[in-house]
Amino acid sequence: MGMTMTQKILAKAAGLDKVEPGQLIEAKLDLVLGNDITTPVAITEFEKAGFTQVFDRDRIAIVLDHYTPCKDIQSARLCKQAREFARKHEITNFYDVGQMGVEHALVPEKGLAAPGEVVVGADSHTCTYGALGAFSTGIGSTDMAAGMATGLLWFKVPSAIRVTLKGKLQPHVSGKDVILHLIGEIGVDGALYQSLEFAGEGVGSLSMDDRFTISNMAIEAGGKNGIFPVDEKTMEYINGRVSRPCEAFSADPDAVYEREVVIDLDKLEPTVALPHLPENTKVVSEVAGTPINQVVIGSCTNGRISDLRIAAAIMKGKKVASNVRCVVIPATQEITLQAMKEGLIETFIQAGAAVSTPTCGPCLGGHMGVMAEGERTVSTTNRNFVGRMGHTTSEIILASPAVAAASAIAGCVADPRAV
Amino acid sequence: MKVYKYGANVDTDVIIPARHLNDPSPAALASHCMEDIDDKFASTVEAGDMIVAGANFGCGSSREHAPLAIKSCGIKCIIAPSFARIFYRNCINIGLPIVECPQAAEEIQAGDQVDVNFTTGVITDQTTGKTYQAAPFPEFIEGIVQSGGLLNSLKARGVAK
Repeated sequence: MGMTMTQKILAKAAGLDKVEPGQLIEAKLDLVLGNDITTPVAITEFEKAGFTQVFDRDRIAIVLDHYTPCKDIQSARLCKQAREFARKHEITNFYDVGQMGVEHALVPEKGLAAPGEVVVGADSHTCTYGALGAFSTGIGSTDMAAGMATGLLWFKVPSAIRVTLKGKLQPHVSGKDVILHLIGEIGVDGALYQSLEFAGEGVGSLSMDDRFTISNMAIEAGGKNGIFPVDEKTMEYINGRVSRPCEAFSADPDAVYEREVVIDLDKLEPTVALPHLPENTKVVSEVAGTPINQVVIGSCTNGRISDLRIAAAIMKGKKVASNVRCVVIPATQEITLQAMKEGLIETFIQAGAAVSTPTCGPCLGGHMGVMAEGERTVSTTNRNFVGRMGHTTSEIILASPAVAAASAIAGCVADPRAV
Repeated sequence: MKVYKYGANVDTDVIIPARHLNDPSPAALASHCMEDIDDKFASTVEAGDMIVAGANFGCGSSREHAPLAIKSCGIKCIIAPSFARIFYRNCINIGLPIVECPQAAEEIQAGDQVDVNFTTGVITDQTTGKTYQAAPFPEFIEGIVQSGGLLNSLKARGVAK
């Protein structure tokens, strides 16, 4: 029986020739990641356990992105604790305000994740780096403490779902529509304890930004990871960012999958997820006209340069509807600079949108776009749970940058193909 | 000792809303536990109570604050048909007992008196008299639980400094 891509990466990291689904292994970690919410809890556990040294200061990344620039005294305390730990242990990849970006956009941009590597992060959307052909997955703070101390972590080898992509995306349809469609098909626990392995000729047509968006939301289907094969686009992306040797794994021809889901990219339409689960998907034309109060464009899911280009192309020369607040958050400083050079920031501001420094802020109801009772946001983020972005009676409709931008202009949920 | 019962896909945002993550002290987390799904939970929960819920319990964010909040309330066990995987490992790592048992999760009702024998995996609903057999943890995971959590087990092995 052959192995999937994920199983091969885990076998190598565990020093084994072969692994099987369900097997418990201990694997070597290439990167341990944390943010300003999860790292302080990990530090407290690390110190409480009496650990005094990190396993490798170059293989830990701490990114202060969630409640930053700090929204209140308590979040400032958390950042202070993380900052002091990073200084004490001389953590190489420590990103504070001014350098930081939304972690899952920043880590690939800085070349901290590469094909074949094992990356764990105390943030559920760490699965994003599967787009690079890495095994990457979310963990908790105690796991992060263990990873920082030892460079090792236990895993249950996952079985897999093969997601075969065919064809090519149509205009105004992007990676977000692919992953929302998939979650709608298999449900929020459809890939529980499993890996989602993307394959098929359709992969080649997807940009790296589309792949990051798709892998990012594997967790919203319950997945342990969501991984793409390594191709020319992957190598082009890491060129100039990653200088260490890395290995492109591919699934064995006789790898075993628990099931296969086929997605015909040609037929996909702009898709949204209605409150309060990412599996509540509809094609946007079915819900066009739904009243909204706010639009958020950004996050680890959709705050990359191609997302901003898509939104700006729709908003250029137009105005955000008077009943809507529109908040645009480029995910990193590099993306912000690039958006400035291309005139995208000017487009957003002239349209009447607020443009922010990088932060996760509104996605988790932290700051920069929290909702009151009964309000509704079209958001390019990843979760629409009860109370996620504010009051428990507020609502989130998850959408692509194209749908979000079209909705900001229309003042209600709108189909970008109709704007 | 009483049972709190919830549906499927209870996410970590309702277990502990992100607006309360700026104070990770156990007492603060406990005081807001479950407040977006059950505003009476934090004020009525007592040490030894249990949560029985639907599938995919603990989905969403990796925040360990969620199982910490539940543990800090004194909840002694969570029974569900399945758990989201990060939540599952967080519970093992911090020593909050969880049991996967679809039939027990479906049949046990709010208010029932329930006992769980973690060694045998036998769940007894004293109110209805029914018993259920949950699958025990694999040996490796049981070892972590027995050590009192992941970091204690690593210390015992001498793999960290």
